[in-house]
Amino acid sequence: MTWEPVIGLEIHVQLKTRTKMFCRCPVGFGAAENTQTCPVCLGFPGALPVPNRAAVEWTLKLGLALGCEIPERAVFARKNYFYPDLPKGYQISQYDLPACITGNVILPTAEGDRVIGIVRAHLEEDAAKTVHVGGRTGRIGGADYSLVDYNRGGTPLVEIVTEPDIRSADEAKRFLQLLRQTIVELGVSDAEMEKGTLRVDANVSVRPEGSDELRTRTEIKNMNSFNFIARGIEAEVERQIGVWESAGEVRQETYDFDAATGTLTPRRAKEEADDYRYFPEPDLVPVEPPAELVERLRAELPELPVARIRRIEAELDLERATVLVTGGLDRLWEEAVAAGAERVAAANVIANNLVGAGVDPAAVPAAELARLVGARERIPRAAFDEAIAKLAEPGFSAEPYLAEEAVSDTAELEPIVDRVLEANPGQVEAYRGGKTGLLGFFVGQVMKETQGKADPRVVNELVRGKLAGNGS
Amino acid sequence: MIDTLRLTAEEAAGLLERGELSPAELRRAYLDAIAERDPELHCYLRTTEEAEGEGVPIGLKDVISTKGVETTAGSRILSGYVPVFDATVAARVKAAGLSLLGKTNTDEFAMGSSTENSAYGPSRNPWDPSRVPGGSGGGTAAAVTAGLAPWGLGSDTGGSIKQPSALCGNVGLRPTYGSVSRYGIVAFASSLDQIGPVAKTVRDVALLYSVIAGRDPHDSTTAELQEVPRLPEGDSLAGVRIGVPNELTEAEGIEPGVKEAVAGALERAQELGAEVDECSLPRSVRYGLPCYYLIAPAEASSNLARYDGVRYGPRAQASSYQGTVDRTRDEGFGDEPKRRIMLGTYALSAGYYEAFYGQAQKVRTLIIEEHRAALERFDVLACATSPTVAFPLGERVEDPLAMYAADLLTIPSCLAGLPGLSIPCGLSDGLPVGLQLIGPQFGENTLFRVGHALERAIGFDTVPERLR
Repeated sequence: MTWEPVIGLEIHVQLKTRTKMFCRCPVGFGAAENTQTCPVCLGFPGALPVPNRAAVEWTLKLGLALGCEIPERAVFARKNYFYPDLPKGYQISQYDLPACITGNVILPTAEGDRVIGIVRAHLEEDAAKTVHVGGRTGRIGGADYSLVDYNRGGTPLVEIVTEPDIRSADEAKRFLQLLRQTIVELGVSDAEMEKGTLRVDANVSVRPEGSDELRTRTEIKNMNSFNFIARGIEAEVERQIGVWESAGEVRQETYDFDAATGTLTPRRAKEEADDYRYFPEPDLVPVEPPAELVERLRAELPELPVARIRRIEAELDLERATVLVTGGLDRLWEEAVAAGAERVAAANVIANNLVGAGVDPAAVPAAELARLVGARERIPRAAFDEAIAKLAEPGFSAEPYLAEEAVSDTAELEPIVDRVLEANPGQVEAYRGGKTGLLGFFVGQVMKETQGKADPRVVNELVRGKLAGNGS
Repeated sequence: MIDTLRLTAEEAAGLLERGELSPAELRRAYLDAIAERDPELHCYLRTTEEAEGEGVPIGLKDVISTKGVETTAGSRILSGYVPVFDATVAARVKAAGLSLLGKTNTDEFAMGSSTENSAYGPSRNPWDPSRVPGGSGGGTAAAVTAGLAPWGLGSDTGGSIKQPSALCGNVGLRPTYGSVSRYGIVAFASSLDQIGPVAKTVRDVALLYSVIAGRDPHDSTTAELQEVPRLPEGDSLAGVRIGVPNELTEAEGIEPGVKEAVAGALERAQELGAEVDECSLPRSVRYGLPCYYLIAPAEASSNLARYDGVRYGPRAQASSYQGTVDRTRDEGFGDEPKRRIMLGTYALSAGYYEAFYGQAQKVRTLIIEEHRAALERFDVLACATSPTVAFPLGERVEDPLAMYAADLLTIPSCLAGLPGLSIPCGLSDGLPVGLQLIGPQFGENTLFRVGHALERAIGFDTVPERLR
């Protein structure tokens, strides 16, 4: 039987507002522990929340970018549970009346567009950061002691819940890349998984292909990169298929993904079900965004990544268009092309060389980049690489690099090629024995000897010719 | 010699203004009175020897956060807790120059009708120290009557200002929900809690109300006042329509002496020109109490979750986090908060929410509608504040339902978010009876006008006979 994965995601996005969700404490990383706090975010008796207008507007904006409806009325609710990271004993969230509902995100794929439904996007406050010291599990039970940093507590957080519309680990990853880029471009969050400003949990189940049943799902948590998410989902899909195929039953459980081993560990089952006793937050009035506000926010939306992927795909191809757009590289690409660079070459240089060199695309002068792209096969490789690495430096000019010529004079190169072959008799024998993949090794050695100045195409031909002949 | 038993806040302000008395002398007079009578009455949990402010002194209920002054809400779980910020109302009375005399006693977390639930011992009624002063704001009410403060602030969730004022024979206002900031008030039930003034006269109450009322950016549920609070003048009630809800007059358990005093007050109103007529609030009275005892404990169960010993207050030691929280809460909370936390947790639980909390919210909407309809016909509604006069200490401690019934008449309008004023209207068995006047939303000025005229016509002596 063929099995089809059914995947839904829950995504938490920490907004980068200047101040917290319900008080005016600054939001930010790196401050000393428990210095960005006040009676409100520490839950002191009598302290009351006051909503952050920017956070509300940004949530609506994000919702609109996800194609959501904005209901006339959203209501904050209390989610009650005891944990030291929750100073009030409840989290202010939204429950039955969230800020944004029923949207969808179009994910262009090689097999055509996929539509990923968005159930809701709601606004809530983040919990504080806890560190449990000692004990084996890293959890509060069994820890010697726990440390709490309330700086993060009360930071605005948008929770986005998708429909179970995702059908593979790769699709989940692509969806998240597109979503992340959308969030970043809206300017509402840095959305960095390493920093925890973007957090993703996956709900996974499998079913026989062709069926539309929904089998028991499990939840995977603790995945802190897109690649880990894909690996975590893959591992869980395989595990579930194994369970069903051995006539077992998948149980509703929560798993932690361990990136080091690539394995899933079930969390200890709780003795009782969660009962958060949600009720409308009586300290806050409902959020009723005026229609004019919603329209203004809608009008302020920039051209979204998915639209740009579409546009660029027509000029390039889906894969490259996706890489450029989700990498935030497409504007530079368009400028470079406008400045005369060839489309595919420009895309390759930007997505590979530039990103590989860690250059900030926003700081690159497109015209200079275009000149380098045009000259990349003519100038020495070393000169090209160096130029790329320095592209973002103030006042960069491609001129001096363009003046450099690759050494293509066979008379100059031949002795070097000979030396390299002589120095590596074992590899020569292996090549001649059929390991033709070693060609690159010889070319590389010659490039090294010439300090990158040789024209790789000429070297390539020379080496191949020498090795094909019966020796020199 | 200053007679703090008789001196009103308005008179005290006059003495200060005219330089006939220094702020220190005035303050000293109250501190002396406290030293003399508080050992018996236990109105104050603590007094402040030093205080800023050159104006009239004031006592604040201990649910009001006061920067640098311990604030316990009458609970062990907050013993030693010293707020780092002032509640908005505390900041406003300070900004108006009032000087803090101390923090007054309250039932633990304002949960109770007798002050017997205070973890620090009950307050006593100045009219008869063997009886309760009412609650939860018994400390403030008894202090005002006993001359231990010219005025004070209380908090009212289901009657905690009005009922003690009735039992102690003074004037108390529960303002319109949203007219006074709750910022810095140790929360009991957020959708019901309101801060309000207690004093010997309606004019004093109106004056203090004008100091504390108005929108506060720290409390999203506050609104701009629709009218500036006015000090009432004049005796005429010509053209005022007073509605008397049948169900609140004939409810089971209203003492004959209470009925008689209220009827007398309504006759005075007619003599002053008011039109008095019957009206009906059937659902408000039948369902008010059960509705309140679902909503208030539900909110309380959540509001009291923060007292875990992690950040402030005493912490009981145990070998695990959960054990520490459990023991801290077990040792820190008294019976009544525990009872309400359990009731509220149950009412909000999955599977019960719709039947209890959800249903109570629907009933609350009906109660709001019913009051609105009645107040379209009438300017104010009038009935007794408390079904009984002050009851003996200990009488209802073992019977929570009897204690809850003390708020039968005050609760419906609290659920409707409406302002209510209690003024003394006579004695029954030598103990004060309160008349409750209920106004429309933001109708405080109407309540002041009616209350003031009636107060003058009734001529009640607010000083207990035993202290005259």
